[in-house]
Amino acid sequence: MDVIIENLPLYWEGFLRTLFLSAVSGVIALILGTLLAAARVSPVAALRGFSTVYVEILRNTPLTIAFFFAAIVLPRLGVSFAQFEVAAIIALSAYTAAFIAEAVRSGVNSVPVGQAEAARSIGMNFGQVLSLIILPQALRTVIPPLINILIALVKNSSVAGAFFVLELFGYGRQLANANGDAVTTVLLGVAFFYLLLTVPLGILASTVERKVAISR
Amino acid sequence: MTTQAPGDALVSLNAVNKHYGQLHVLKDINLHVRKGEVVVVIGPSGSGKSTLCRAINRLETIEDGVISIDGKVLPEEGKELAQLRADVGMVFQSFNLFAHKTILENVTLGPIKVKGVPKAQADKDAMALLERVGVGHQAPKLPAQLSGGQQQRVAIARALAMKPKVMLFDEPTSALDPEMINEVLDVMVQLAKEGMTMIVVTHEMGFARKAADRVVFMADGQIVEDATPEEFFTNPKSDRAKDFLSKLLTH
Repeated sequence: MDVIIENLPLYWEGFLRTLFLSAVSGVIALILGTLLAAARVSPVAALRGFSTVYVEILRNTPLTIAFFFAAIVLPRLGVSFAQFEVAAIIALSAYTAAFIAEAVRSGVNSVPVGQAEAARSIGMNFGQVLSLIILPQALRTVIPPLINILIALVKNSSVAGAFFVLELFGYGRQLANANGDAVTTVLLGVAFFYLLLTVPLGILASTVERKVAISR
Repeated sequence: MTTQAPGDALVSLNAVNKHYGQLHVLKDINLHVRKGEVVVVIGPSGSGKSTLCRAINRLETIEDGVISIDGKVLPEEGKELAQLRADVGMVFQSFNLFAHKTILENVTLGPIKVKGVPKAQADKDAMALLERVGVGHQAPKLPAQLSGGQQQRVAIARALAMKPKVMLFDEPTSALDPEMINEVLDVMVQLAKEGMTMIVVTHEMGFARKAADRVVFMADGQIVEDATPEEFFTNPKSDRAKDFLSKLLTH
């Protein structure tokens, strides 16, 4: 127990870094994922094709590949970052967006087709039908899977620890190396701080879900 | 078959054809509806009457033929099509009110987003329309809180809010409990009296007799008869129509 209390400042710093990585990547992934889902249902074949290929590649390859690409390949292509954190955010949001896109698309498919027909018949264009009628209903129905994806994102952010970003897991590894006699305690501490992020997300999910449910 | 000169028609279908795979659902349809006319389309299920109605605002595409509204040929896609749809009101069998919007928002959304009407004005117009169809006091509720008949009247108000040139009704009472049918039909009869151009797909023969200027009878994707209600109901010419009417009367 002492090892946790003594290193509370480090844990806290790691916790904040993980929170930051997850929050920023989560927001970017939600936006990018929704755009990808919109592209997937758009009447433009090229957009549909792009979205499909993107989603299939990103969700079917390991997250580590996305990290390698962002941290090592992108700089070689001339895109360099002052901090590895930026690469981590790129990798995490690009990867998570693929899963969000699929969840949102399933939500879009769950909205009765009559909703879109009614919107089109009062003269709305594709963008208006999607943004005013379909997506607001679709997003409400996919809140549980979206939160699942965000919880996975919080945990996935630990991969950043292997890419020189000192977040919760990165500090945890340092502490475990420094306190060889208390590895279990150190890791329990790490797990506790992850739970501090993910459990409230789950609670938030059920609250929001109940609040925004649409009765038909 | 009585058809007017296409020149003075508000809605005009010329040699329209459509297939669903092997099934020829619309066979060489010619129909011309003048301004202010109320045309009721009846026929057995599967006769293509709903498809015909939906083709007029291109919710169904057609393979050949020409559909024009107020002299303008129905555009294929994009902005022109959206503009034209704004001029054609549509009422669906299943109401299709926007489930996440209040009754008032359902009616104001089109005017605000499509026509750019200021919100205050749109709200005022919408309330007047909701009062007119008898659901003014339901304005802040969500669609699921209303009965079917009330929802359908809201749907009519939503279509009217766009100030359409013509209203299409696709079996507007078929999903309603019997005691709610009349409240919707009353609104439609009133609308017809006020001179709205209407194309109504329905099984309500009472409405056809009361409000229609013409009855179009469809069977197997074709327009079989096109006559006044009086002519059609008392003296149908085709065997197909006689058969259809006899089935209606025996129940």
